Amino acid sequence: MSMKKGKKILSECIRMVLLLVAVSIVAFILITKAPIDPLVSYIGTNSTLSTEAKQEIAQYWGLNDPLPQRFLTWAGHVLKGDFGTSITYKKPVIEVIKSRFLYSGILMLLAWVLSGVLGFVLGVICGLRQGGIFDRIIKLICFILKSAPTFWIGILVLTVFSVQLGWFPIGMAAPAGKLAADVTIGDRIYHLILPVLTLTVVNISEVVLYTRQKMIEIINQDFILYAKARGESLWQIVRRHVLRNIALPAITVQFASFSELFGGMALAENVFAYPGIGTATTAAAMNADVPLLLGIALFSAIFVFIGNLIANILYGIFDPRTREEAGDA
Amino acid sequence: MEEKVLRNVLEINDLVVSFEMYQKGFRKKKLEVLHSLSLDVKEGEIVAVVGSSGSGKSVLAHAVLGLLPKNATMTGNIKYQGELLTPKERKKYLGREIAFIPQSVDYLDPLMKVGKQVVGVYSSKERQRQLFEKYQLKKEVEDMYPFQLSGGMARRILISAAVTEEPKLIIADEPTPGLNVELAMDTLRHFRKLADNGTSILMITHDIDLAFQVADRIAVFYAGTIVEISPTGDFLAGGKNLRHPYSKAFITALPQNEFQPLKGTQPYAGDLPEGCLFAPRCPKAEIACNGKIAMRDLREGKVRCIHAT
Repeated sequence: MSMKKGKKILSECIRMVLLLVAVSIVAFILITKAPIDPLVSYIGTNSTLSTEAKQEIAQYWGLNDPLPQRFLTWAGHVLKGDFGTSITYKKPVIEVIKSRFLYSGILMLLAWVLSGVLGFVLGVICGLRQGGIFDRIIKLICFILKSAPTFWIGILVLTVFSVQLGWFPIGMAAPAGKLAADVTIGDRIYHLILPVLTLTVVNISEVVLYTRQKMIEIINQDFILYAKARGESLWQIVRRHVLRNIALPAITVQFASFSELFGGMALAENVFAYPGIGTATTAAAMNADVPLLLGIALFSAIFVFIGNLIANILYGIFDPRTREEAGDA
Repeated sequence: MEEKVLRNVLEINDLVVSFEMYQKGFRKKKLEVLHSLSLDVKEGEIVAVVGSSGSGKSVLAHAVLGLLPKNATMTGNIKYQGELLTPKERKKYLGREIAFIPQSVDYLDPLMKVGKQVVGVYSSKERQRQLFEKYQLKKEVEDMYPFQLSGGMARRILISAAVTEEPKLIIADEPTPGLNVELAMDTLRHFRKLADNGTSILMITHDIDLAFQVADRIAVFYAGTIVEISPTGDFLAGGKNLRHPYSKAFITALPQNEFQPLKGTQPYAGDLPEGCLFAPRCPKAEIACNGKIAMRDLREGKVRCIHAT
């Protein structure tokens, strides 16, 4: 690895730290300015505690301190790995996020791979047969999907496959009433199918339309004409030149789309009551669970940033034109 | 050239190419860019098609190679070794017997190493190495990407890629732009050598001086058709031996001759005169020039003009 590449990765890491600082400050300010009282959400609205006792708790938590000091207190704990305790789940925030991220991670990974692979193949075919009947149908479907809100697609999928056809469960990650120890992998997969389907459908139009556009750009390039003039067949052109030129931008965009994936996941999870980060976020917001909200904000920022980081690095490594040193393959 | 009857390797008869364009909303319009163009290239011969930039010369190359876009229609015929060059026939020959040398390095895949591109789908690594040696390209060059090539290297690579299968016909579209005189001459020497070994070359260029250096015959391209085809010697002798008024004016306009520019501009493809395309600028134009003018044989050459002698 060259000096320059090392430097680039280092500067990306610095950017990440700055981003996290900015995200945490903004999230912190937003939450403190929101009409929620951490004290009330902790003890409940019907609490019989005396005003003095409440004052003491507020004092102990530092709720009366000025805003910058409160932020520093929180940030100091976070740096030590202490994200506080979730009011909703009565567990340390970090534990909640860990277990929930596992659920959401599987959901997102599957939808990401499926929409990526399927969308890429469809996009390539549409691009090759631009203006044909297949292209027109797929394009129309993509536009419809792109303009439809995620939760609506989720509800549609749920109505058709669970309610009307009865093929799949209505929601959650395991059968209701079953002990956690008895839940099989089959149960989990069975419950995952609809959320994954929804999230895939939501993400796929972007991939198809992008790949299709790139594809049209590439097949109109002079080097495709040249390949034809040299007697290459359509399949040889696709295999030797088109895929080579389209794969990198497509993969890059796929990594850069982590933020949309995350947003779609949050909505899809809520429709299916799937116990991941998305539902945890909603629950945390409903219960004014400040520590959990802040924790999730930080981790989702890291997640999206990593996607972008990978996208940036990929281009630097695989595109010979952006490679700094000539000939190092 | 020696005096014997040579076979036509490439023969183009009355080629008309038009493009369908949308004009003002949804009205379709046909734009004819090549007008009953006829041309032939014989065995071991270099024919240079010369004409100003942007006059549609590349379309000719693309028509022969079957690279015209979907909105193009073509009439007339193209024959390769006496056989009609249908899409099926073309598939058989492209990359083997018929090769293309494009204008620039943009015609190479930017993400594929050039060695692999020279090999293409028909040739082998050994052949590529052999050619690199022949054209004095270092072995490291095969692992380079197109963007890393110098102008001269790119030229030699495109030539290597064209000759891997020892083609009988090479179509070279502007093979020398962006090269200095030395490199351009070098390229042309390679062409001459190939032709002397029996390869026919159709070279499309706007650089008449370079065409003078290597071509056996020169075809003058004007406003989408060929107005005259004559032996290079006739051009070197100045205007008096030429047949068409445009070729005469064209040669007279050269700095080494009288340097007299011709007034007016070439007509636009969408706005062509009836009959002779050169008539509006021709000093000899008369009413008969408005009729259909066919290509005819005249003194070792061909011309499309009723006045030519």
